[in-house]
Amino acid sequence: MAKVVVDPITRIEGHLRIEVQEEGGRIANAWASSTQFRGIETILEGRDPRDAWAFTQRICGVCTVVHAITSCRAVEDALGIEVPPAGGLIRNLVHGMQTVQDHVIHFYHLHALDWVDVVSALSANPAATSQLARSLSPWPNNSATYFAEVQDRVRRFVESGQLGIFTNGYWGHPAYKLPPEANLMAVAHYLEALDWQRDVIRVHTIFGGKNPHPNFLVGGMASAINLEDTGTINAESFSKIQGMIKRARRFVDEVYWPDLLAVASFYKEWASIGGGVPNYLSVGEYPDNGQWRDTDSLYFPRGVIMDRNLSEVLPYDHEKVKEYVTSSWYDYEGGDGVSLHPWDGETVPHYTGPEPPWSYLQDHDKYTWMKAPRYDDRPMEVGPLARALVAYASGHQDTRDVVNDALGRLGVGPAALFSTLGRTAARGVETVLLAKKLEDWFDALVARVRSGDTTTFNGEYWDPSTWPRSARGYGFLEAARGALGHWVQIENGAIKHYQCVVPSTWNCSPRDANGANGPYEAALMDNHPLVDPTRPLEILRTIHSFDPCMACGVHVLDAEGSEVVRVRVQ
Amino acid sequence: MYFPSTHAWSRQETLGEHMERRGVSRRDFLQFCGEICVMLGISQALTPRVAEALQNVRRPSVIWLQLQECTGCVESVLRTADPTIGDLVLDLVSLDYQHTLMAAAGDAAEAALHASMEENHGGYILLVTGSVPLEENGIYLTIGGRTGLEIIREAAEGAAAVIAIGACAHFGSVQSARPNPTGAVGISEIVTDKPVVNIAGCPPIGDVVTATVVHYLTFGRLPELDGDGRPLFAYGARIHDQCPRRAHFDAGQYVEEFDDEGARKAWCLYQVGCKGPATFSPCPIFQWNDHTDWPIGAGHPCIGCTERHFWDTMTPFYKRLPDVAGFGVERNADLFGAAAAIGAVAGVAAHAAATGVHRARQKKAGIPLPVVPDVGGGAPAPSKPSGEEESNG
Repeated sequence: MAKVVVDPITRIEGHLRIEVQEEGGRIANAWASSTQFRGIETILEGRDPRDAWAFTQRICGVCTVVHAITSCRAVEDALGIEVPPAGGLIRNLVHGMQTVQDHVIHFYHLHALDWVDVVSALSANPAATSQLARSLSPWPNNSATYFAEVQDRVRRFVESGQLGIFTNGYWGHPAYKLPPEANLMAVAHYLEALDWQRDVIRVHTIFGGKNPHPNFLVGGMASAINLEDTGTINAESFSKIQGMIKRARRFVDEVYWPDLLAVASFYKEWASIGGGVPNYLSVGEYPDNGQWRDTDSLYFPRGVIMDRNLSEVLPYDHEKVKEYVTSSWYDYEGGDGVSLHPWDGETVPHYTGPEPPWSYLQDHDKYTWMKAPRYDDRPMEVGPLARALVAYASGHQDTRDVVNDALGRLGVGPAALFSTLGRTAARGVETVLLAKKLEDWFDALVARVRSGDTTTFNGEYWDPSTWPRSARGYGFLEAARGALGHWVQIENGAIKHYQCVVPSTWNCSPRDANGANGPYEAALMDNHPLVDPTRPLEILRTIHSFDPCMACGVHVLDAEGSEVVRVRVQ
Repeated sequence: MYFPSTHAWSRQETLGEHMERRGVSRRDFLQFCGEICVMLGISQALTPRVAEALQNVRRPSVIWLQLQECTGCVESVLRTADPTIGDLVLDLVSLDYQHTLMAAAGDAAEAALHASMEENHGGYILLVTGSVPLEENGIYLTIGGRTGLEIIREAAEGAAAVIAIGACAHFGSVQSARPNPTGAVGISEIVTDKPVVNIAGCPPIGDVVTATVVHYLTFGRLPELDGDGRPLFAYGARIHDQCPRRAHFDAGQYVEEFDDEGARKAWCLYQVGCKGPATFSPCPIFQWNDHTDWPIGAGHPCIGCTERHFWDTMTPFYKRLPDVAGFGVERNADLFGAAAAIGAVAGVAAHAAATGVHRARQKKAGIPLPVVPDVGGGAPAPSKPSGEEESNG
């Protein structure tokens, strides 16, 4: 048995450490550890709830809008504020474009190098690459000349001796299976996607003033619409947005999705690797009318799947969400055997790990800053795969069409979805659907404005004097990486208690009191190869298939008088 | 559309040789240098000198540490405005260690870091995003089993220049807000034996980061900084003084509630909490995401994110700043400089006062201010009756 450590896991958001035990080329045991704590929930205590979106937004700058919108939803829920339909549509456009952009960046810049060997691209035949590209897509950058230029650039880059971000990659690893031409095509699109992402995300700049971290507002959006003014959302803004949506969709349809299917076809064995936890949760997303509590109005449905049973979708009940700290560096008043609902959540950090610098955490009962959320006492996977499965099993026709098409083209059945490859493919399925959906929301917003409804904000309960003495509420949202929930309690105009349960907390959760592993750990222990422990490429594939977002995941917010306890270093 | 460079910059050649091999015309290169001059706020007459300096630089190594943070600053740099400039800047340096983008992970990543630090000792540029948690010997952040504190100390030791990017590296940002549970501090608290440039903002505009690196490469020194370590070329002007909505402030035309009549006419956001009068930032000038827009332009008040401890000093965000009166703004803008030392804006008082004094001197000398009509030999515009001032204060 060999102990293997991968720390830092790169090409993710934040700080993640993976430890495994390798036996005979397979992974026998795994530990996922988050090694950063920031304590943002404690910081919210006593502050104006209308400010909470900005604080929680800074939990993460990659999925930069999801906490902000969820926080607004929670505060609006507590205070009984209804967001006007146009404000809701703007939020959909901002959040939808975020997810589309985030997924494409994930595929090319965070995940692709697990499957694509940059060095192998040097031996590709540009003419054959051009043929391959033409056979897959009408995307115009497909000439032999174009690919020869890209190849030349890569060659000179490699020959310069300064490899920059490509230094020490696992190039030449036997697990890389793409032919040189596919590698070259993917490298070209890696570079194109760098430019594409900064163009399309400007939808945020128009509605929120900047990206990352665009501005939001409890009660709606601050960007007023007036077609007759130079300084507001006007016809020029609309035409810019329309252009971005068009370019977003074209890149998704003609580059990302064909590339994903092409790469997947060379790695079909990964459709039976890395499944892990068999339970899936989606809180549903994208209300048509701004009313996210109206579950019938959600584009992606809400629900729970247990034990991979696609014939039954259970209703979601947030009272069943509870968190353990059995393996986490926190204390609960009731001890390590209990789990707490977010309304009663406690965040008292208590570090008991080894004194740094350390070599291994796997010998310790507690090994991470992540808590362990459970639904009905079961670990759950959240994210694009969970959303796609809940939608598929619920009979969501758009999802079924794209999923069935992809499964057919790859020649695999629905069981292939429960895997590392399934996770990566589900992300693509959702991006295809959302890129199209952006057009619908844009058209709906234009129709509203045309009919004279330009209201983006509801100020009825803006003034704290209109608030009840005490109130509590929650907000749910499907972030790029999965189900997100914020729970807020307000008293005398200030935040009394705030808790978040975040996608990467679900997925990166450690062992609970029942000894059950979280999704990262379980996936690494599910039929998982590790051919060369000194070059753990396979670990990166499965971990990256979840798209980790560690700053989000570390459970951080507890406002109720929890003094930060002195930490004892053992 | 992306036009890939066919010529990576090799270690042996100067930028001038590199550009020539890339087929960049002299004219395009000079235009790029001219744009840099504009961004850095130096005379365009210096373009030939900038070009000469840039032409002779060699590709330096850059190490980018990500500590206690949210990765928003990395994302911001990925969005740098002009693809040509972005392409050039990506080519300008050898980015040897950068968690979000690098292919290697684990031991292989750490080996790349240490190889670069050894090979380029004393010569690499160190970029840092994120704060350093000091409580409990730094165990709130570890990478590869080592604390953030140990990692930054080691990396800063051999750095030629240290550039702290974003509010976390500047002063600790959101995690350092009261009660600062992890004892988060900015980089300048840790690195004290060499200057630390603070590219302030949560996040900062990516172009300010690239312009600062270009400044260092071009002139062989870091840009001039203000009292808080921020480059003057970006943070030398107050938002309020550069704001396109300033005329509405001067005219007493305010947004009283979001989405009201004033909001739909893009009036001043002061009454709904705008912190522009207390914030030094390039937002209104550089704007965001390829000059698309900026926060006030999109209808939300400035939250003051380039100022130290803004999470405590600028909150509640929707409460208006005290004592920035409406009518008769010239008088009040000057008064602001003297009176700003009160509570919320204490951190920037010195800087604001300097602006006020500067403006007062200009007036005394009879130099017409850009915002005041040149009436009767440069005399300032007559102030409004005091009653109106009070009613709008």
